[in-house]
Order: sequence, then C-alpha cells, then structure tokens
Amino acid sequence: MNYSDFFKMIPEASLVAILIVLFVADFATAKTEERKWFNPLASVLLLLNTFVCLLPMEAQTAFGGMYVTSASVDVMKAILSMGTFIVVLQSRAWVEKSGKEGEFYMLIVSTLLGMFAMMSAGNFLMFFLGLEMASVPLACAVAFDTYRKNSAEAAAKFIITATFSSGVMLYGISFLYGAFGTLYFEDIATKMQATPLTIMGLVFFFSGLGFKISLVPFHFWTADTYQGAPTTITGYLSVISKGAAAFTLLSILFHVFGGMMQYWHVLMMIVVVLSITIANFFAVRQGELKRFMAFSSISQAGYIMLAAIGNDWATSVASLSYYVLIYVVANMAVFTIIAVVEQNNGGKTNIDDYNGFYQTNPRLSFLMTLAMFSLGGIPPFAGMFSKFFVFMSGLNGADISTTMGAWSYAVVFIALLNTVISLYYYLKIVKAMYIKHADHPLPTFQSDCNSKFALAVCTAGIMVFGVFSLVYEWIAAAV
Amino acid sequence: MSWILTVFVIIPVLMLGGLWVAKNDNQVRGVMVAGSTALLIGAIWLTIYFVQQRSAGNTDAMLLANSVMWFKPMHIAFSVGVDGISVVMILLSAIIVFTGTFASWQLEPMKKEYFLWFVLLASGVFGFFISTDMFTMFMFYEVALIPMYLLIGVWGTGPKEYSAMKLTLMLMGGSALLILGILGIYYFSGATTMDVIELARMHAMSKTAQNIFFPFVFIGFGVLGALFPFHTWSPDGHASAPTAVSMLHAGVLMKLGGYGCLRIAMFLMPDALTMWAPVFLVLTTISVVYGALSACVQTDLKYINAYSSVSHCGMVLFALVMTTQTAITGAILQMLSHGLMTALFFACIGMIYHRAGTRDVRYLGGLMKVVPFLAVSYVVAGLANLGLPGFSGFVAEMTIFVGSFENAGMFHRVATIIACTSIVVTAVYILRVVGKILFQTIPNKKFYELHDATWDERFSIGALIFCVAGLGLCPLFFENMIIDAVHPIFNHIMDYVPTLGNL
Repeated sequence: MNYSDFFKMIPEASLVAILIVLFVADFATAKTEERKWFNPLASVLLLLNTFVCLLPMEAQTAFGGMYVTSASVDVMKAILSMGTFIVVLQSRAWVEKSGKEGEFYMLIVSTLLGMFAMMSAGNFLMFFLGLEMASVPLACAVAFDTYRKNSAEAAAKFIITATFSSGVMLYGISFLYGAFGTLYFEDIATKMQATPLTIMGLVFFFSGLGFKISLVPFHFWTADTYQGAPTTITGYLSVISKGAAAFTLLSILFHVFGGMMQYWHVLMMIVVVLSITIANFFAVRQGELKRFMAFSSISQAGYIMLAAIGNDWATSVASLSYYVLIYVVANMAVFTIIAVVEQNNGGKTNIDDYNGFYQTNPRLSFLMTLAMFSLGGIPPFAGMFSKFFVFMSGLNGADISTTMGAWSYAVVFIALLNTVISLYYYLKIVKAMYIKHADHPLPTFQSDCNSKFALAVCTAGIMVFGVFSLVYEWIAAAV
Repeated sequence: MSWILTVFVIIPVLMLGGLWVAKNDNQVRGVMVAGSTALLIGAIWLTIYFVQQRSAGNTDAMLLANSVMWFKPMHIAFSVGVDGISVVMILLSAIIVFTGTFASWQLEPMKKEYFLWFVLLASGVFGFFISTDMFTMFMFYEVALIPMYLLIGVWGTGPKEYSAMKLTLMLMGGSALLILGILGIYYFSGATTMDVIELARMHAMSKTAQNIFFPFVFIGFGVLGALFPFHTWSPDGHASAPTAVSMLHAGVLMKLGGYGCLRIAMFLMPDALTMWAPVFLVLTTISVVYGALSACVQTDLKYINAYSSVSHCGMVLFALVMTTQTAITGAILQMLSHGLMTALFFACIGMIYHRAGTRDVRYLGGLMKVVPFLAVSYVVAGLANLGLPGFSGFVAEMTIFVGSFENAGMFHRVATIIACTSIVVTAVYILRVVGKILFQTIPNKKFYELHDATWDERFSIGALIFCVAGLGLCPLFFENMIIDAVHPIFNHIMDYVPTLGNL
C-alpha cells in the first residue's frame, strides 16, 4: 500500500483532522464557559475546509482506482462544505442548550466525511461505504433532541428506510457485479450494455439513492423525519445530504451507466415529473412549516434531477452544482428563520403562527420573503437563474422530432407549470407574514448573533450568486 | 455613450437603496420625486437624442446598443439597445412612474415598503424595454410581475388576497410558457446567442419548430396583454389594486405583453404567422368586443375600466396579428395612448373612491357639483377613451382600423368590422357612467362635504391630461418614431410570409 495516496485526498484528510481536533477539544473542556468556544471553533474549521476544497487540484485516482477526484467533485465538496458551515453557524443557540456540543459537531462532520467519500468513489464498495458513513451518524443527529418523542420517531423512520434502501441498493449492485464481474466504475462503464440484468441493477441501485434524495416514489419518510428532527438537522438533511446524493447519482448515471442513457433518461423523466407534481400538491395542503418545507424539498429535488435528462455531462453537472449551491443558501435561510422563531417562541412552527409577522419582526420576514422568492424562482434572486439553467441543461441536445426529445420538452413544460404551483405555496408564507391579520402576532424578539451572521451569509448568497455571473462561470469552468 | 441606457436600471436600483435608508415619510417622498424626475428627464433626453440621431442619418437598427457577456457558458449576454418602439415605451413608463408617485403621495400605511416594491416594479419595466437579449428581457419581465402580489395584497381593497394571488399565478403561468418558448427558440436556432436582433438575422428555426413554439411565446406574453381567454386576472387585479398600482399596471405593465408579442414572437417566428395568425385574430377580436360588452354591465368603476382595458389591449394584439405596417404602427400608438389615458382614468377613479368611499355607479351621482376638478378630468379621460378626435385614443384607433382594413383578406375584413363595433359600445359605457355619476342629483348627503383634488393630485392628473391631449394633437412626432422602428420589423416578417399583409 502506498501511503502517499493519502495526500491525494486533501478534502477528506482535512475533515479527519477537524474530527480529531473536535474530539480532543471535547475531552479537554469540561466547564460550560469553556464550551462556548466550541461553535466558533467548528465554524472556523469548516470555513477553512471550504477553502481547502477550493484549492486547485489535479484530477487523479488513489488506492488503485477506489478513490477518484475531479474538478467537478471538488466544486461540489466546496459547496457542501460551505453549506455545512452555515448549518454549524446557525446551530449554536440550540446546541448549547442541549449541552452536547462535542457529539453534535462530530456527528455533522463525520456525515460530511461520508458524503465526500461517496462522491469521490471509484468503486461501488467505496461508494457504499461512504453512503453508510453518511447515513448512520445522520440518524443519530435526527434523534438528537432526546427529550422529544417525535425526534426519536423521526430517527427511527429515517434509519429504517435508510437501511431498507441500502439493502435494495446492495441487491442492485450485486446484479451489476454478476453482470460484469467487477465493481470498479471505469471497468463497468467500458463493458456497459443494456441487458435485463443490468437494467434491473440500475433500477435497484437508483431506488437506493432515490431514498436519499427523497424522490417520489421513495419520499414517504421525508415529511415525518423533517418534521420530527431538530430544525437545524432538518436543514442539514434537506440541503447537504440531498445535494451530495443528487450529485453522486448524476455522476454515476453518466459515468457508469453512460452506455444505457436512453433507459435512465426514461426513468429520470418519470421520477422527475412525479416528484415535482406530487410533492407540490402535498405542499399546498400543509399547515406546519417544517412539514411544508419537506414537501417543498421533494419538489426541489425533482428540479435538481431535471439536469439528468440532458445529454451533456458538463452542462448538466454545472447546472446541478449551481442549483444545489443556490438551494443551500435559500433553504438554509428559511431554516435559520424557522429555528430562531422556534427557539424564541416556545417551538412554534405552524404557518398560522407567522400571521402578522411583518408587523413585529420586519427584518426577519423580509429575509424570509427573499428566500421564498428565491425558492420560487423569482428574479433578480438567485433561484431564478438556477432554475433556468437546469431547464436549459435538461433540454440540451433534445431533438423535438424524436420521441425522447419531444418527451424532454414535455417534462420541462410540466416542470415549468409546476413552478406556478410552487409559487402559490411559497407566496402563502409571504401572505401570512405580510397580509394576514393576527390578533396576537409573534412578539418582537432579537435573534442571536450567530443566526444573524448565518442569515447574512445566506442573504448575500441569494442576492449575489445569481446576478453576478462569476459564480456560475466558475462552476462551469471548473467541471 | 454605450453605457447610457443602463442608467434606466441603475436609477431605480439607487432609489431602492435610498428608500431602504430613508427614515421618515418626507425622505421617502424626496427619494421618489428625485428618482422619478431623473427617470423622466432621462426618458425625454433619450427621445430627443433618438430623433436627432435619426434625422442625422443614423440607420442602425438599435441605437445606443451595447452588449456585455453575462453567462458565457449559456451564451447569455446583457444586451441593451433601443429603437423607436422602445423609446416611446420608456417615455411612457417614465411618465406613469412620475405621475404614479404623486398619485400615491398620501398613501398609508407603510409608505416606505410600498415604494420599495413600486420601484422594483418600475426597474423591471425599464429593464424590459431596454433589453435586446431574450434572457434579460424575460428576467426583467418577471421582476416587474412579482411586486404586484404584495402591492395588491397589502395595499389593495376588496377581495385583495384572492385578486393578488390570481393575478400573480396567471401571469406566472404565462411566463412558464414563455421560458419554454425562449428555450425552444434558442435551441432550434442552433444559435450561440440569445440576442433578438441576431436571432432574427439568422432566422434558422425550421417552420415546424416555429409553429410549435410560436403559441408558447405569443400566449405567454398575451396573458399579460389580456388575450381572451387569459384575461380574467385583469378585472380582479385592477379592481383590488391601489390607485398608483392600477395606473402602473394598466398603463405600463400590460404593454409588456404587446411589446413582447411583436418583438419576440412575431419578429423571430414569422413563418408561424401563416398558421397561427387566424387563430389569434379570432381570440383578439373576441377580446375587443367581449371586453367592451362586459364593461357595459359592470357597476364598479374600476371593473368598468378594467374591462375597457381588456378591450383596448385586445386591440393592440388584434392590430399586431393583422400584420400590415399601418396596423402595427397603430398597435404601438395604442399602447402609448392606452397607457396614458388608462392611467388618467385609474387616477380619477382612485381619487373619487378615496373621497366618496364607494366605486359603485349606483351610489354615486352629481359629483360635478362637489368635486368639479376631478369630474372634469373624468370626462376628459372618458372622452379620450372613446376616441374623441383631439385626444390620443382617436389617433391610435383610427390608425389601427385603417391598417386592419388594408388587409384585404375576407376573414380579416370581417374581423375588422366586428372589432369596429367596440367603438360604439365604448361610447355607450363611458357616456352612461359619466352621465350617472357626474350629473344628476346627489344621492348622498355625505357627498356635499367632499373636497376637491389636492395639489399633488392635481399635478398628477394635469400631467397626464397634458400628455393625452399632446399625443392627440401632434401625433406625427411619435408616429414617425414608431414607423421608423416598425418598418424593419414589418419588412422582416414580409420577407418570410409575403402573403399575409397583401396590400
């Protein structure tokens, strides 16, 4: 074994280093006032990690092809690392109340490590290892509010579906192994051809990742888990975990199953249309904000995967990564606001609780409006750009005179009509805050400075990442 | 000089910043007056500059054109440029924003927030008219739409939540169609640009592709132009909106629809007109007549005017699909004229409503005795609306119907004759209302205590009447600018479908 291969895994190595630092810090500090430094420490380390991921690195393989890096993976790692930074930043008030700082940050960082490993995998075993490394600590994090019953319930639901989907996925992977005699992505890609066995393998494999991304029809756990989990974790689940899985799926579809593109195009079209449409119809009816955001995130997952119906890897991965980036900032803004409102008002998370919110907390509701507009795809906020680019990449290379091409246009059209429905329910939140009258609106409160900082980062992202084209161009140039 | 058009977006952005830091009502008003005056001066300068350039023999399709690469991998550029049509539209927008500021001078509550959304809307409108890149146009189009939701939802009257949501969703539905149309144009031209002029020059879309994507773009913009049967947002939206928002919306925003139909749908996909023009001709004829007839049976002043807008904006689209040079010129004139006189109309209605507390025709009467200034303004607006010579409405409608009759097809002639009947119907509903609410006896003791317009209201109304009468008395100045821009577009269409406008 060549130990110098470890130097090729800089982002992972940096995360392991963070884990060790946090571990030692957890041991070394006993008093509460010393633990105040935990959150800044973790935040700064994750921010540093983001910059580490941004370092230009050559595409290379390590450990005999088990581990592969490329520029597109590094971009995605940087995006997720930044997202985790925001999550950690805004989690402070809640984590300090629980008094379990050490565990929390270690759980979060180890899930991130798992996702990094999953994204960089060059072999199905490595991929599976990363996936499990991400799932198990995440289940612990979902159950973090030990005093709340539905947190435990959420975790139980999460772990059961996660295990089940892993099982299904392993079954699919074993089909592929049976068909090709290897688990290395590169080797499979060269031998890839559509036989009933490989198609079954694709479907089973896909359903496993579909659970992670919570695409319809694998979405049943999402609403309950999102509602029961602590708000910070819900945010983490909805952006980071989803983004990593979506990226991995796209990458494996193109790089491993590239030879059977027409098959998975059909699969993705069906799943995308179902996800967007069904989730939208459920989201319209929700009265609880976290549950509402769960359905919104299912529908957003559909939009993310729209990139997978395009023909061109470079455009698709660029628009997917960009979409995830925008989704991270917009969704984290929403969850940060939900979290501060929840903490300051004894756990209120119903949409009706926000009636008249503008009268008492104008700034928070203004930021919430921006985030909702961005999620709904309204310019000049970033969400519109990411949606437009996803549509563009989805139609890339589609020839309307062929059946598949015509279907691509039909799928994009359905997705477009769904943006109107999604706008309806995002505007419902805006309506509650600005228009609806409440006799007793939530009282005016001051949010803690960490949340403020997190919100500032998110808002800057919403305003800037779209209009300033440098961000997109950087992503597109890197991949 | 090439950066100068960007000023029309930069000023609203600066105004947004100014409003954000403004501390009290007077500062808010100060920012608004300064900003909207700057916009108006800019627009007037642009008009003069344009005319000078043209008379000096500058024949570029787009003046002051400039293009900055924006999203390079997607071939999206921030391209600006103006021709005669955009110049008059920018002038119109500047006038409406300026007068709208004064019309909402005394608005309560939350003046600051109101103007924030108001200016955002204005920035979208200006951005739309200066853009020549499909993506940028679309982006500004949506920027202009979304503030309507909050403006109507928060500051509106009546069933405002319902109206605001209906309006937003229907217009956003239109823009969903539009995105697909834009992507279709981009991909099927095989282009590496989204610039409208460049795409028209290439004209690389196959006839089939044009036939598929034309209705997406035309309906997408047509929703905003109150195309039957997608017009239902308009009466509800206008009736619930606060005064200045109605003015801006009917006056400027609905013009985005007609402008887009001409600039993107017809200009880039002329071949599709053979197949689709008859279909849309039927729909727009229905818009024109149906809008006018519906206005007759309404009792709410704002509903009357909203249906009248459906009828008049329908006339814009009607004239566009007639595809003769005179008709298209008339369509642009109608956009200009309708923008001004509807703004005037909505301003009068808003002020009457503000005083009398009702907009119901049945409960109003004798206003001429108590609020003479407003009443006379209302008469002026009404007469302009029904096309009295001397006001802008006459010029526009005359040009449209003469132009439409130039199209010698039997089908087109019949449609023209049917649409002409709306002139009579318009006279019916305008004169009936004028007679009912301004004259006769005063039905309510309370009305005796009404006070006439304040200085800010007089200023706003006076400015609009000046423009309406100005356009009616010397239309040639604007008509020349418009023909100058319509000519190349019309010729481009005729290059591909010479049989459409058989003169």
